[in-house]
Amino acid sequence: MNLVEKINAIKENQDDAALVELIPYANFIGVQTKLVNGNIISSLPFKQSNVGNPAIPALHGGAIAGFMENAALFHLLWQIELVTIPKIIDFSIDYLLPGRSECSYSQCEIIRLGRRIALCNIKTWQDNDQQPIALARAHFLLSENDPVK
Amino acid sequence: MALLKEHYVPLGLGTKIKTNMPVHPFLEKMNQTPHAKQLGIQLVSAEKNTVTLKLPFNDAIIGDPISRVIHGGAITTLIDTASGASVFQAQDNLRALATLDLRVDYSRPAATGEDVYAVAECYQMTHSIAFSRVTVFTTDSKKPIATALATFMRSNKAFPVG
Repeated sequence: MNLVEKINAIKENQDDAALVELIPYANFIGVQTKLVNGNIISSLPFKQSNVGNPAIPALHGGAIAGFMENAALFHLLWQIELVTIPKIIDFSIDYLLPGRSECSYSQCEIIRLGRRIALCNIKTWQDNDQQPIALARAHFLLSENDPVK
Repeated sequence: MALLKEHYVPLGLGTKIKTNMPVHPFLEKMNQTPHAKQLGIQLVSAEKNTVTLKLPFNDAIIGDPISRVIHGGAITTLIDTASGASVFQAQDNLRALATLDLRVDYSRPAATGEDVYAVAECYQMTHSIAFSRVTVFTTDSKKPIATALATFMRSNKAFPVG
C-alpha cells in the first residue's frame, strides 16, 4: 500500500489514531490524534523523555515545537487531498508558558490554502484552552512547482 | 561566522571535544536533559559565543516515510538546544533561560542517513534578553539545511538541572 492509499484508508475508516503511524518522529515523542467534530486534535501525554528541564520539570521547547509541527501535518493530511507529506518551509513559535508535566493538546487552523502552499496557525495548551502555552505559525509546501518549460 | 573544519568532523563517543576555549561544564549538562539525551544530541565544540551540536541520524526521527528525511521537529529541538547552549557559553554562568521565540527557515531537506550539525552563535546579550542565530547543515556548512533565530529571557536564578 502506498502513502496515498494508506491515507485514504485511514480517512475512510475514520481511523484517526492510525495517522501517527505514518510519521516515525510523531511516534518517537508520543503524539496521539483524535477526531473531534471533524477536526484532528493532537495530544502529547506527558513523557519523562520529553523533558528539557528536569527540576521543574518542564517539557523541552523543541519537543513542544515538534509536537506542534506534527499537529499541523496531521490536520493537513486529514483536511486536504495530498499525495505526499507536506514539507515544512518555515516555522515560528512563541513560548508563552512552561510546558508542565501534564498532557498537552494542539489544534491547527489553516489561514490560507493555496495550490502549493498552506499557512497554518497552531495553538498548544494544557489544562485550559484559554491559556495556551505556545503559539506557532508555519508554511508548508504541499506540492512542487511544475518544471519550467 | 568562522567555522574551522574540525568543528564538523564527527566525533565518536568518548572523543575529546576540540575547542579553543574552556568549555563551560554546564554545556555538557545541557545535552544531558532527558529529551536531548533521547535524541542523542552531542556537543562537538565550543568557542567564546558559539557552540556546535550534533544530532545523529536515527530511523525513529524520520518525518516522511517516503523520502526518509529527518522531521523538522527534531531539527527544531537541536536548534533550541544549540541556541540555549550558545547563550550559556556567552554568559559563562548558570543563569537560567526561557525561550521567548524561535524562528526556523528550512532551506533544503537533509539527505536521509546524514547526521545534522547546528552552529549557534549568541550575537547579542542585554541584561534581560539574549539573541542567538543558528545555522544547520549536514556535510557542508556552506549549504545550510536550515537557519534560525532565537530570543531568550534571562533569569536571575541558576538553571536547575538535577
